[in-house]
Amino acid sequence: MRHVLGSATAAALGALAPLAAHAEWNNLNMPVGVTELSKQIYSLHMTIFWWCVAIGVFVFGWMIYSLVAFRKSKGAVPDTTITHSTKAEIIWTLIPVLILVIMAIPAARTLIAIEDTRNTELSIKVTGYQWKWHYDYLGEDVKFFSALDRASDETRQLKSGLDPNAVADYLLNVDKPLVVPEDTKVRLLLTAQDVIHAWWVPQFGMKKDAIPGIVNELWFKVDAGKTGTYRGQCAELCGRDHGFMPIVVEVVTKEEYRAWVAAQKDGGANETAPSNDAAPTVASIATAAPQG
Amino acid sequence: MANTTTAHAHDDHDHKPQGLKRWLFATNHKDIGTMYLVFACVLFFLGGAMALVIRLELFQPGLQFVDPAFFNSMTTMHALLMIFGAVMPAWTGLANWMIPMQIGAPDMALPRLNNFSFWLLPFAFTLLLLTLFVPGGAPAGGWTLYPPLSLQAGDSFPLTIFAIHLMGISSILGAINVVVTIMNMRAPGMGLLNMPLFCWTWLITAYLLIAVMPVLAGAVTMLLTDSLFGTAFFTAAGGGDPVMFQHIFWFFGHPEVYILILPAFGIVSEIIPTFSRKPLFGYESMVYASASIAFLSFIVWAHHMFTVGMPLAGQLFFMLSTMLIAVPTGVKVFNWCATMWKGSISFETPMLFSIAFLFLFTIGGFSGLMLAIVPADFQYHDSYFVVAHFHYVLVPGAVFAIMAGVYYWLPKWSGRMYNEKVGKLHFWLSTIGVNVLFFPQHFLGLAGMPRRIPDYATQFADWNMVSSIGAFIFGFSQLLFVYVIWSAVRSGEKAPQRPWESATGLEWELPTPAPYHSWETPPSREVVAQGSVQH
Repeated sequence: MRHVLGSATAAALGALAPLAAHAEWNNLNMPVGVTELSKQIYSLHMTIFWWCVAIGVFVFGWMIYSLVAFRKSKGAVPDTTITHSTKAEIIWTLIPVLILVIMAIPAARTLIAIEDTRNTELSIKVTGYQWKWHYDYLGEDVKFFSALDRASDETRQLKSGLDPNAVADYLLNVDKPLVVPEDTKVRLLLTAQDVIHAWWVPQFGMKKDAIPGIVNELWFKVDAGKTGTYRGQCAELCGRDHGFMPIVVEVVTKEEYRAWVAAQKDGGANETAPSNDAAPTVASIATAAPQG
Repeated sequence: MANTTTAHAHDDHDHKPQGLKRWLFATNHKDIGTMYLVFACVLFFLGGAMALVIRLELFQPGLQFVDPAFFNSMTTMHALLMIFGAVMPAWTGLANWMIPMQIGAPDMALPRLNNFSFWLLPFAFTLLLLTLFVPGGAPAGGWTLYPPLSLQAGDSFPLTIFAIHLMGISSILGAINVVVTIMNMRAPGMGLLNMPLFCWTWLITAYLLIAVMPVLAGAVTMLLTDSLFGTAFFTAAGGGDPVMFQHIFWFFGHPEVYILILPAFGIVSEIIPTFSRKPLFGYESMVYASASIAFLSFIVWAHHMFTVGMPLAGQLFFMLSTMLIAVPTGVKVFNWCATMWKGSISFETPMLFSIAFLFLFTIGGFSGLMLAIVPADFQYHDSYFVVAHFHYVLVPGAVFAIMAGVYYWLPKWSGRMYNEKVGKLHFWLSTIGVNVLFFPQHFLGLAGMPRRIPDYATQFADWNMVSSIGAFIFGFSQLLFVYVIWSAVRSGEKAPQRPWESATGLEWELPTPAPYHSWETPPSREVVAQGSVQH
């Protein structure tokens, strides 16, 4: 039932996507996401949410009934003999404990899966800078910075007078996205150069802090067939432009990925040559590389 | 010296210095309580104005009004002002006013210390507010002061640290005063388990304060030496660990959360029985639940930082201990419900605020339970969902309880009734405003909007606009609160000794307005028996 509702909502959202620039009133819930873990996390989120709804119906029902039924204005006479009940106290201590145990088991199971970074197929070192990301494909000699795109950057200046609605993916677009293959266990090794940042793509279900002097791990495996562009943002306050260091991940097929890596090496699209969309500098030929 | 003065001045009930001296040299618990409350109110409006700057900038996408750096200063200062300048002093003010009256004492145990702990605050906050005008601007690294970011602050940094030290000293001294007063000055017959719950929750709060404020002082001192004296406690390049700061900070920070909310539990536990015309259900379990919450608050701190990369065992431990908090909190909510059950309920303003507390704090509790689930927290963390959660527990939680307490006791303090119509208008505008303000922030967070950003992607525009509208409704309706108090004190109707007919507690056994030195002679055992919790 819930899954049906979930996919119906997702379908409806998909259908509305072209209109999405403006009307997002229905943007109410966590995305289900496109990875095994994100789906587990979504399901935990919905389970605990429905528990809360159930408890809420009971507690709020009790409160509202009392407030209506025992109004002084309706002549309610207080029963001052009700002062305590050990039985009631035990019941409303034990039932919550039981609910918590029921919730803790699947949560612990998912947590263990999240922490299992064995058998990764691709490792990328991610370094947070004020205020951009640096990606280094370990063992591939592919590395580059990824910063806010120029259109967003111009529009987001104080009193720019430009309309954010006129910019595609305002504040959620970068000059050069991270590219990863679908159906591949990708491990990110997160660290930072200056202050703490956090790498968050909601569709992948995870965020993790990137901390100077520490290397954190985060993995995701995008489901086969879920190629596309996924967007996120830095999630830990990191200074003035914290709101302006987005994350964009292009998920491509494995063949496209191999071609992309080869092109990166040939075209030398590395940090020395920023792409033509980089905010602060002039255009270059770098992104002429084929996209597979 | 003090003893002889008291003995000689015994007949002179209202002897006090006049004019400015009365306030500068105040040793009277009521005068100091009033100063705390007025101070809290001023800071509430300053912190609120900063919140409105935040919501104004977030009204629509794009940057229309403030620079992102100033925006970050606003979020940082808003939090520091509201936590340390508004809510905590308001609680101390209420403790000053009510604890001596409720336990049958003439005053707080340590009146000069009381004076000192209040007068530290104006200086502390002057220092903090001055940072708005120093080169580099006010602190902008968040109230949590995480290094290395907080170390990037300009000249504001030492001022901020010194201000926090002063606030901490003030809180510790205030807490010591509460503990000493409650432990030593209860009237004969007023056992610990006869005390009103407000005294109980404040006693527990005071121990929390004494335990954790030094931890905060230690943390910020280490930041200070890292910044100015070349140490490297938290600097990775020097062998330090930025995550250690977060552990130390939240070891203070989580008990601090309960410091902000426990006295609210106490107030609501007094108001709901009064207007339900029925004794509090499960008094003892309320006391034990408060103590359990206080204990648990020391072993859950890392749930504020699940994303820093802790070992699996650590994450599991902090998840389970955090979930446990739901149990004693649930006990409290159920007890309040059972208190209203088969009561005879009327809806005066203090009760309305308490009922709103009950509903909306519970909503904040639900989102807290959701946040405890670590895998889901990886999505919620540092998103607007968290902002919604802690504002639900702090605004319709702590702040509403403070307002409920002020409406409830104002007649006893001032001798005059407030205008019930304006009070109710204030209540409805506040309650509607606060929900329009904070409920959509759940949606924003779940949809992926990070907190502490001055500008956002366009898909977040609609709910941000709604939230901002709610902020302005809520913010401006607080002017009514000031008006209703002002008009009551100036020209309200005379209040009877017991304005709420079924209110119990020693404070209601005193004449109205309460005499300057509350209980000059301890109340008799009969009066104590009437005005305390009997089993």
